[in-house]
Amino acid sequence: MTTGLGPVYDGISHVLMSPDDLVPILAMGMLAGLNGPTAGRGTLFALTGAWLAGGVAGFLVGQALLPPAVTTASFLVLGGLVATDRRLPVPVVTAVGVAVGVLHGWLNGAGVAEAQRDVLGMAGIAGATFVVVALTSALVVSLRSPWARIAVRVAGSWVVAIGLLMLGWSIRGGM
Amino acid sequence: MTRRAGPALVVLLLIATPAFAHEQTGQAAGFLNGLWHPVSGLDHAMAMMAVGLWGAQLGAPAVWLFPVTFPMVMAFGGFLGLVGIPMAGVEIGIALSAVLLGVMVALEARPPLVAAAILVGLFAIFHGHAHGTELPPGQSGLAYSIGFVIATGGLHAAGIAIGTIHPWPAGRAALRAAGLAVALAGIGFLWRVFA
Repeated sequence: MTTGLGPVYDGISHVLMSPDDLVPILAMGMLAGLNGPTAGRGTLFALTGAWLAGGVAGFLVGQALLPPAVTTASFLVLGGLVATDRRLPVPVVTAVGVAVGVLHGWLNGAGVAEAQRDVLGMAGIAGATFVVVALTSALVVSLRSPWARIAVRVAGSWVVAIGLLMLGWSIRGGM
Repeated sequence: MTRRAGPALVVLLLIATPAFAHEQTGQAAGFLNGLWHPVSGLDHAMAMMAVGLWGAQLGAPAVWLFPVTFPMVMAFGGFLGLVGIPMAGVEIGIALSAVLLGVMVALEARPPLVAAAILVGLFAIFHGHAHGTELPPGQSGLAYSIGFVIATGGLHAAGIAIGTIHPWPAGRAALRAAGLAVALAGIGFLWRVFA
């Protein structure tokens, strides 16, 4: 995104306006929240740190190396874990956060390099990621009603559904 | 200050132009199209509402199992359509979904949960195959998918919300009447397929 306010704001608006990044961040927040406050705290720093590190690495390498369609995996895995609502060990949730962060961050960083933009954009992306995952996981952790938890699971199933359709679009070549 | 920040953010997001990592064209149109598509097709809308109504009649766990499983199975049907795997009798399947789901609601049928889930899931594949792939050229497939899934989930939620009248005798009668109406509409859809 080009906001006209500099690379940091471009990065922030990129996260907010790009569903292929925003949806996995929301799903990661939901997964962390469903697994409790400890998982939420771990994810907050693991996802953001991995996103930033992956982004800088992708920027330095300058190539995506993987097709953008691999982000579909984030939708399927994160959505599936949220929909099934299985209690996971905190290290597993954190590891999932790292994997998602590195994957998406790398693609973002490579994209920034290919577009010959400032690497500072990654700071905006990481900042926005931190805020979104913090708000989402905190909201989900605070949910007490069984119905609210089911609503989160339904949202997870929507993420899987979107991922499946994305996969279809990418195979068909319409994304 | 805070009051000005909201509109300012909206303006900034509206004037922002795409550049970063992913090519993002036709997002707004794709999203709105996806959002509109399930609502605009009466066959799809009625069947989705019937799923919600039936779930509300059955109560837990069906009331949350249907909305969790349906979008995933529907998207699988959409995936099959997108990768070019043909399905015979899609339109018939969609019309039959309205008939059978309407009948289930009208009779307040209580089959075993697995049977109910299979019935709903089977029809979800037909709906996904037919409607999940109708993207106009130049629009974003991802945005279309998001809109399509949200609208379908919204129709389920509307059906469940209407189904909250189930505890009252008059409410139960109204739900059964609604199920009958869906079934009759389904017969109409079926007639149109064969006509």
